[in-house]
Amino acid sequence: MSSVAAAGQIAGKGAAKAAARKRARAQQHGTGSAVRGGGWITYGLLGLVLLVAAFPLYYTLLLGSSDQQTISQTAVPQWLPDLSILSQFANVVSNNQVNFWLALVNSIVISVTVALAVVLSSTLAGFSFAKLQYPGRNGLLVFVIATMAVPTQLGVIPMYILMSEIDWIGTLQAVIVPALVSAFGVFWMTQYLESALPYELIEAARVDGASMFRTFWSIALPAARPAAAMLGLFMFVQQWTMFFWPSVVLGSSNPTLPIAVQNLRAGYHDDYSLIMAGVFLVTLPLLIIFAVVGRQLVAGIMAGAVKG
Amino acid sequence: MAALTTTEPPAGSTAPPPRAPRKLGFSQTLSRWDVKVSPYLYISPFFVLFALTGLFPLVYTAVVSMYEWNLLGGQGEFVGLQNYADVLGRGGFWHSLVNTFSIFLLSSVPQVILAVVIAALLDRNIRAATFWRMGVLVPYVVAPVAVSMIFGRLFADQYGLINDLIGVFGIDPIGWHSDRWSSHLAIATMVNYRWTGYNALIFLAAMQAVPRDLYEAATIDGAGPWRQFFSVTVPQIRSTIIFVVLTSVIGGLQIFDEPRMFDVHGRGGGDQQWMTTVLYLYDTAWGTQRDLGRGAAVAWLLFVIILIVGVINFLITQRISSSGPRAPKVSRAVTRRLRAEARAAGAAAAARRAAAVRSASENTTTDRRDS
Repeated sequence: MSSVAAAGQIAGKGAAKAAARKRARAQQHGTGSAVRGGGWITYGLLGLVLLVAAFPLYYTLLLGSSDQQTISQTAVPQWLPDLSILSQFANVVSNNQVNFWLALVNSIVISVTVALAVVLSSTLAGFSFAKLQYPGRNGLLVFVIATMAVPTQLGVIPMYILMSEIDWIGTLQAVIVPALVSAFGVFWMTQYLESALPYELIEAARVDGASMFRTFWSIALPAARPAAAMLGLFMFVQQWTMFFWPSVVLGSSNPTLPIAVQNLRAGYHDDYSLIMAGVFLVTLPLLIIFAVVGRQLVAGIMAGAVKG
Repeated sequence: MAALTTTEPPAGSTAPPPRAPRKLGFSQTLSRWDVKVSPYLYISPFFVLFALTGLFPLVYTAVVSMYEWNLLGGQGEFVGLQNYADVLGRGGFWHSLVNTFSIFLLSSVPQVILAVVIAALLDRNIRAATFWRMGVLVPYVVAPVAVSMIFGRLFADQYGLINDLIGVFGIDPIGWHSDRWSSHLAIATMVNYRWTGYNALIFLAAMQAVPRDLYEAATIDGAGPWRQFFSVTVPQIRSTIIFVVLTSVIGGLQIFDEPRMFDVHGRGGGDQQWMTTVLYLYDTAWGTQRDLGRGAAVAWLLFVIILIVGVINFLITQRISSSGPRAPKVSRAVTRRLRAEARAAGAAAAARRAAAVRSASENTTTDRRDS
């Protein structure tokens, strides 16, 4: 460590950090272990993967910058996007049939509500499953885990009948309410709290006279914060990209963003310039969020998240 | 049996009998109830909502499937298994099932292989690891609907980029929309695009949990990188591979978004080339037939199929994980002979090594003398 500290004095904080990182990396793999540093082949292949991942999004920009005429005659109208895409954005946003702004607001309302609700309900249940003892606990937990494998999406028809009985067709609560709880979320929080929340803390709170809910709110919830943030992120992405159930129950007049994409397609048939500009616009909010919290998303998946 | 038994006094500690029995105050009664009821209260939101929006609809699907039930007209008369007979009698259901399984196989197999390879690349000691990990995850945040629109264009039959690309290699343009199996490949590519990076990160996490001394041992035994990958890495992450395959079965057989948006009409193509079963369910219930009863029959059939596939998967998994690393049975005589051979070889190698060391030291001495 002395050399790292020295690097800090000689070459500034950045260099010290880099040195520390390098050292940590070397230690993590053990010097001279079988895991070698990446050669240019590794970087080349990874670069290729990134290219494949990014190109489809770049392609929407290319088509959005072009026009219908050109696109119908060539696969790649140009290699660089230009500012003409801005007018296409304006067209998409101002179109009444697409309902872009309404779709954006709806998507935000649904995703935020569901993410918060799932985090709260899952942490509550996870606290109960992980840290409290009562008859029937283990059986109930097994039941929760088993439900993760049930394809509940196949219950759409009775759900639709139910929603029309209570006049919820076309309303946001028809999408939100069924999504408020998640078996995966309960399982995830249970696992996390089991290891992250020491019994001593709960006991101390109880001795101090805190009620059960107070114990949950002041002790368990703060302890669960890292896992809760990841869970919230997953639920947000899942709701934001969801299509099947919203398209059944909401319809095109009260759309979410994925339904707006469908509206675009129905409205413009072959005008791929406009459609692709719209597709990019619909994807953009999540890309921005990803740029900020992508690191947590990666950590969450690597910590054992499963497909939602 | 209350929660947090440790906060209660141990059974024996209330022993001194002369003290008058304490009257429980209201707040204490409340507190006792709090301890007893709270655990159930906290898990109740999940169970109540799951029962209402998950379990009930699934079970009630079976009821709806027994009735004539029109989208607009509502519940009609009881028809027994007529809806099932209708669904199974028409070719559409079987056709969609074949499409679903075809797309599923085309997406899951290459996806798992590619994800493992990408994970192995990410597992190397690379710079800016977080950057690369985030990079492979980008497709995950693109909605399937958007992916389908973009790839629908990339895989266009005319002036599509993919056809242009394969044209460079002298391959004739492929009818990605018009040809049945080609359209499956195109749709499977969309699924792969969105999920490969995600699964790669799951595999990466599993790979990083592999004890590093296994690799050291393999290196000492003279295994190259490829041999290490196949003989150490892959067996070590086997359970994770099984897990990813299992989840992709449940999801893959319910594919809807991608085929729905693959063309303008969303009806699985002119000849239902890429009509999947959930798309067929949608089309039956809300599309052309507007028949909720028949749609429910499709849903229930698919549910049973997923259940069967899931159980088969589970059984295979059990077998794989219980058999452990394959160790072929050998007779004792063979073992004895092999051991003798190994001992002889070891002795020979030791002799060789000793000779090599001796000659090396002789060389160094001559070198020194030269300098």
